[in-house]
Amino acid sequence: MKNLEKFSTIFLLAGLISFLVAFTVLGVFPAFMTDGIKNTAPEVVEIPEEFQEYFSDLEDYKAAIFEGRDIYVKEACWHCHSQYVRPVGREPERYGLVATPGEYQNDLNLPHLFGTRRVGPDLSREGGKRSNDWHFAHLYNPKSTEPESVMPAYSWYFDESVNPPKPKRGAVALVAYLQQLGGWQEGIYKNQYDMNAITMPPSPEDE
Amino acid sequence: MQAQTNDDHLVSLPLVRAHIYISVAYALLVVLAGLTYSLQFIDLYPFPKFEFLSPGRVRMVHTQAVAYAWLANVFFGIMMYMIPKLTRKPILSEKFGWFCFYVYNFLVVAAVVLILGGYGQALEWGETPKILDPFIAVAAVCWVVNILVGSIWRGRNEPYYVSVWYVLAALLWTPLVYVMGNFLPEYVFPGTGGATITSMYIHDLVGLFVTPVGIAMAYYLLPVLMKKPLYSHALSLIGFWGLAFFYPMNSAHHFLWSPIPMWTQYASVVASVGVHVVVYTVVFNIFATMAQDWSKVYENISLRFLFVGALSYLVTCIQCAIHVTLSVQEIIHFTDWVVGHAHLVLFGTFSFWAFAFIYYLIPKLFGTKVFSKGMAEWHFWLSTLGIVIMDIDLMCAGLVQGHMWKGLTPFIETVIASKPYWWIRTFSGVAILTGEVIFLINLLMTYFSNKEQKSQKVTA
Repeated sequence: MKNLEKFSTIFLLAGLISFLVAFTVLGVFPAFMTDGIKNTAPEVVEIPEEFQEYFSDLEDYKAAIFEGRDIYVKEACWHCHSQYVRPVGREPERYGLVATPGEYQNDLNLPHLFGTRRVGPDLSREGGKRSNDWHFAHLYNPKSTEPESVMPAYSWYFDESVNPPKPKRGAVALVAYLQQLGGWQEGIYKNQYDMNAITMPPSPEDE
Repeated sequence: MQAQTNDDHLVSLPLVRAHIYISVAYALLVVLAGLTYSLQFIDLYPFPKFEFLSPGRVRMVHTQAVAYAWLANVFFGIMMYMIPKLTRKPILSEKFGWFCFYVYNFLVVAAVVLILGGYGQALEWGETPKILDPFIAVAAVCWVVNILVGSIWRGRNEPYYVSVWYVLAALLWTPLVYVMGNFLPEYVFPGTGGATITSMYIHDLVGLFVTPVGIAMAYYLLPVLMKKPLYSHALSLIGFWGLAFFYPMNSAHHFLWSPIPMWTQYASVVASVGVHVVVYTVVFNIFATMAQDWSKVYENISLRFLFVGALSYLVTCIQCAIHVTLSVQEIIHFTDWVVGHAHLVLFGTFSFWAFAFIYYLIPKLFGTKVFSKGMAEWHFWLSTLGIVIMDIDLMCAGLVQGHMWKGLTPFIETVIASKPYWWIRTFSGVAILTGEVIFLINLLMTYFSNKEQKSQKVTA
């Protein structure tokens, strides 16, 4: 009995160690590896033209992007929209450049919003594909821009006492967040159905 | 295990009962939330203008309630029943147990309210609001200490039955897993690094908490209900160590083809294929034990839940070891296939095993037989039908979506093509909900009929 107990203690430690080894080798180590990669997402230095009617102060615009991110989190947008383009499944043709670790190395991606499901399309290359007004109409009532859409309407981010409903701060912030998602990437075609504008990601030799 | 009547003093029945009651109530919340959410996909969502019941938030309630409300409560309740029986030592303190129970369930209710209020967190399976995370971690540690120190450590001079091994390991892993998954990606590692940790957390929550406790339950019930020894103790140990070594390394398979370093992804794929070892040993052991007397499985509702759960487990894990390869991931990742897979694991396997245990516990908790065997049958068949239809339906939907996406079909066309599958998914959800409601009514009737009997005895 005593031997068996000692035996089990050894194996119990082995169980804990296997967890810790996996955590170190396949968790912390790659995490530190990617943590050392330089951020490639550009810093916001000016308010884009299309947002100048909503923001006059640059700091306010920057804050709005983070507020938009928080709304994206609290409404669980990330449950139905992923934020990385894979190199397979002809995704570069549909969405744009393949995701690289560098573009996520910033506070906007803490926590990360990769997502694991696409009920709707990937959003990591969404910036600049559509106008702000399209986004407002789509958020207020998705069926107004796409009759078959199954996306929920987010009418509480709009002031409905006026006609047409006016976007509140939340909706503007969310669109500010969406419009900077990967929009700075070169080589993205702006219209996802414009097949002539397909640009493949650069191969390592090109760099 | 023969002297069951003599060791009842080891178990605090009121405490176990409280856990089972509240978990069954939560199970109804889980199914209701899931079904409500599914209505969004077929344009029938009942609260389109109501911010606090927005589909996105309801979905978070659904997944969080599965893990932290239903499974955590029912699992800890069952552990507090089976571990003292196996080690012949009671939990550390019953009062402490009640304290954990109230604190934890306060946190669960607070989490539901806060998620609906807009405080959800962006970590899959960790959507509980940031502010509650530290408290939940502490509550989990309290629960763990109560069982680990109370029953397992004090009973250590006896050789353990395999169930105790599983629970022991799960109890040690769970707090580590929780702290890792809820704090590192939220505060330490942005972007890709955070995703690496998250993928580990998604997998470990199911692999290192739900799976070992679930298998422990199955291994406890089998000999008790079959009145036959477990087919092979050696096989059960191989399964256990396979789980301990392979499961923690499975992590990155949740984000294949993502910016996570490719070697991490390859390693996790190899480890995931190793999961075959765990599955075949466990499932073979269960079926071989049952094969000693199939007539018992046919008659006993608990054993039947156990049987279907084991079948689901076999299917999910074969599914897992196949769809985890990079070439299959290309098609099925991001699709409904994964959703079906998750339902088959958490409902088809582990909830079924929990139901099996609850039906086994009913006579002990209520002091009387289950109110209606017919209702139990309905619960069994509706649940089985629901999960089988749901899984097949979502697997098909996933293949359709994946191939259409690869064919560069305009995105909305893939949504339109998915709608028939989403209708069927909702119908399967209705079957599961109906089963759940019948289950709840059956338990309530058992409770009240027992009370009547008791009061009659008093008056007589």
